[in-house]
Amino acid sequence: MIIPLLKGLGLTLSRFLSKPITIQYPEEKVLPAKRWRGIQYFEMDEHGKTKCVACGLCMVVCPSQCIYIETAEDEQGNRYPLTYELDVSRCIFCGFCEEACPVKAIFLGRNYEWVEGDRKTFLMTTEDLLKQKAFNP
Amino acid sequence: MQLLFLLIEIIVKCVVVFAGLMLCVAYLTWLERKVLGHIQVRYGPNRCGPFGLLQPFADGIKAFFKEDLVPGRSDKTVFVLAPMISIVAAISIFAVIPFGNQFTIPGTDWVVKLRLADVDIGLLFIFGFASLGEYGIVLGGWSSGNKYGLIGSLRAAAQMISYEVALGLSIIGVIILSQSLRLTEIVHLQGGGFWNWNIWYQPVAFILYIICGLAEINRTPFDMPEAEAELACGFNIEYSSMKFAIFFLAEYAHMITMGAVAVTLFLGGWQPIIPQLGFIPGVIWFCMKLFAFMFFFIWQRGTFPRLRYDQIMKFGWKILLPLTLVNLLITGLIVSLRG
Repeated sequence: MIIPLLKGLGLTLSRFLSKPITIQYPEEKVLPAKRWRGIQYFEMDEHGKTKCVACGLCMVVCPSQCIYIETAEDEQGNRYPLTYELDVSRCIFCGFCEEACPVKAIFLGRNYEWVEGDRKTFLMTTEDLLKQKAFNP
Repeated sequence: MQLLFLLIEIIVKCVVVFAGLMLCVAYLTWLERKVLGHIQVRYGPNRCGPFGLLQPFADGIKAFFKEDLVPGRSDKTVFVLAPMISIVAAISIFAVIPFGNQFTIPGTDWVVKLRLADVDIGLLFIFGFASLGEYGIVLGGWSSGNKYGLIGSLRAAAQMISYEVALGLSIIGVIILSQSLRLTEIVHLQGGGFWNWNIWYQPVAFILYIICGLAEINRTPFDMPEAEAELACGFNIEYSSMKFAIFFLAEYAHMITMGAVAVTLFLGGWQPIIPQLGFIPGVIWFCMKLFAFMFFFIWQRGTFPRLRYDQIMKFGWKILLPLTLVNLLITGLIVSLRG
């Protein structure tokens, strides 16, 4: 009767002396898995512009219809997105846009921290998507 | 003039002991959360100040600003009185605990004895007040007009009274050995190294005292009166704000006094482990021993599950009480045979 009690005390003492496994969130973070589907980002081409050719496939495939694209052509006749709007507050992070993209321009990144007080601020433009690249080296 | 100095000495000692005790109580809550946290492989409070050291004050401020509710169906007078009884009983015990020997104030021949009161019936006083503390819990649960509170206080009454019998009997062995109820005398008899401590002469009584003491102060595994899982906090369910805080403080103060009595009776009070270490002040030895007890109380709380109510009663009456009686009988026999 006494020995199990002492065993229990020994176990808790060894736990007491071991290092806590707590991850103290704002200071310490866990990197999400490689295939984590977080906030989207744009891949850049050699000029530092988006690789997106504004084909509109992502807009079509998006189940929550949160992508809106206006297409334009430059002097060489290359298509580019005049406006590319992605409403992250409506996005369900399914990753279909990434799958649909024929030029590998849009990807779902590993960033998951984004808090705003207003829904409108969740509307991402081309520049915002390019900026998100910084979170996904 | 002499009288005035005496008065000043008493007041200063009272204030220092009271403030020290309250500070200890505050930090005991912090220590408990910290130790329990580490036992569960997490950190415990660490946001409020370095290592969460300001946590007790944050808790105090929070408790102070909460709404002070008195239930409509409660017995108002008793409801307000109950936490006061609890805290008074818990703190009063510390008046007779000798936490150090004595020292002379440098430059004068004024001897300061490090205890508030050195009464002949110290042990009797302690157990009298310890029993008084039960009234706080019993009345608190009863007067709040809540069924959980009532069940909690009924359990408290049954449990504490049955364990008090064994608690009182377990220390009679020590009284037989030291032939005195005066705590300073009991400590003096244990002087001259750890081999003279009562724990070696009364090991069974020591273990029984710890077990009964845990039941007496309602610590896990005997925390029947406030069994969170079944009674939703038991006797203090209707208490909020400072009244709850006072119950909380009383519980921890009671824990400290229980530990202090154990140190005094069994571990040689302020006496050093070996006489060669006598240069370290007695107060520090006392605090170190007390800390060991506090750590053990918290440690075992993080280890053992709560007993069932009938198990507690069975354990108290059928195991602890006979054991204390046997221990008492053997002690008395040996002492009388040795003359």
